[in-house]
Amino acid sequence: MSRDEVTRLEIGSDVQIAGARQAVRQAAVAAGFSLVEQTKIVTAASELARNTLVHGGGGHMELAVVENSGGHGIRLTFTDDGPGIPDVDVALSDGYSTGNGLGLGLGGARRLVQDFTIESRPGGGTTVTAVAWSRMAQRVPR
Amino acid sequence: MTAEAGAGRVSVLRMGDILIAAIQQELTDESALALQQDLTEMAAAGARGVVIEISGVEIVDSFLARVLSEIAAATNMLAGRTVVAGMRPSVAITLVEMGLGLRGLETARSLEDAMAVFRGQAGR
Ligand SMILES: Nc1ncnc2c1ncn2[C@@H]1O[C@H](COP(=O)(O)OP(=O)(O)OP(=O)(O)O)[C@@H](O)[C@H]1O
Ligand SMILES: [Mg+2]
Repeated sequence: MSRDEVTRLEIGSDVQIAGARQAVRQAAVAAGFSLVEQTKIVTAASELARNTLVHGGGGHMELAVVENSGGHGIRLTFTDDGPGIPDVDVALSDGYSTGNGLGLGLGGARRLVQDFTIESRPGGGTTVTAVAWSRMAQRVPR
Repeated sequence: MTAEAGAGRVSVLRMGDILIAAIQQELTDESALALQQDLTEMAAAGARGVVIEISGVEIVDSFLARVLSEIAAATNMLAGRTVVAGMRPSVAITLVEMGLGLRGLETARSLEDAMAVFRGQAGR
């Protein structure tokens, strides 16, 4: 996968969540991530993909390998047209769930990556972007 | 020893009064829930312990963590124990960093270590 080439995957079923994990794993291997770095970004992807499906009513993931002078990173964008998140800070807090989950997915995913942004408004859908860099790329000042 | 499995399902082996499930491939949410149901039903039919071997599992997210915790809670209620065996170090590191941990779950390094836990209390 060359720089900034974007792959788009539908997130509409639990099988597609598994497919998203597999695609992120392959990209992380290609980007030179260590085993622990791979595991972190794949786990974050799994959390965010499930939120897209369960809370957002389905949507899609965009996957891109990005680059700086130190190495590579992976940028994941999850988009849905669901109900949106009324209060992002509350949603990020540990233990908060409007479903029957542990309420640790969103905050947990944020702790597993270096850059994390949520754009959402009530009724207007949700876009979550997560970027993780390989260890060498993390040393480059941003 | 008996085995129970359908398409895409994790098979559960019974060795005496111990149930063993080895997860060897990535689970979809549906197959994780099917495993939870199988293990809970088989434990209710009589089991002293459940071992879930996860060395083949590449990631544990909050969904799978919750399924594992619920299996353990159910077996505890039925006077048994659940031991999760063989978690990869990369998975353990990630769970800690997420702040997920595996509350209330007993772990063992390997299937062998997990079985030793139950041998130690055989014939209780
Ligand atoms: N894409 C989304 N659209 C709408 N609401 C969302 C979305 N993602 C998260 N949320 C809201 O944020 C809350 C917290 O999300 P989080 O992933 O932390 O917990 P959860 O999904 O409920 O449980 P789990 O611990 O199993 O992930 C959700 O319960 C939901 O209310
Ligand atoms: Mg979630």
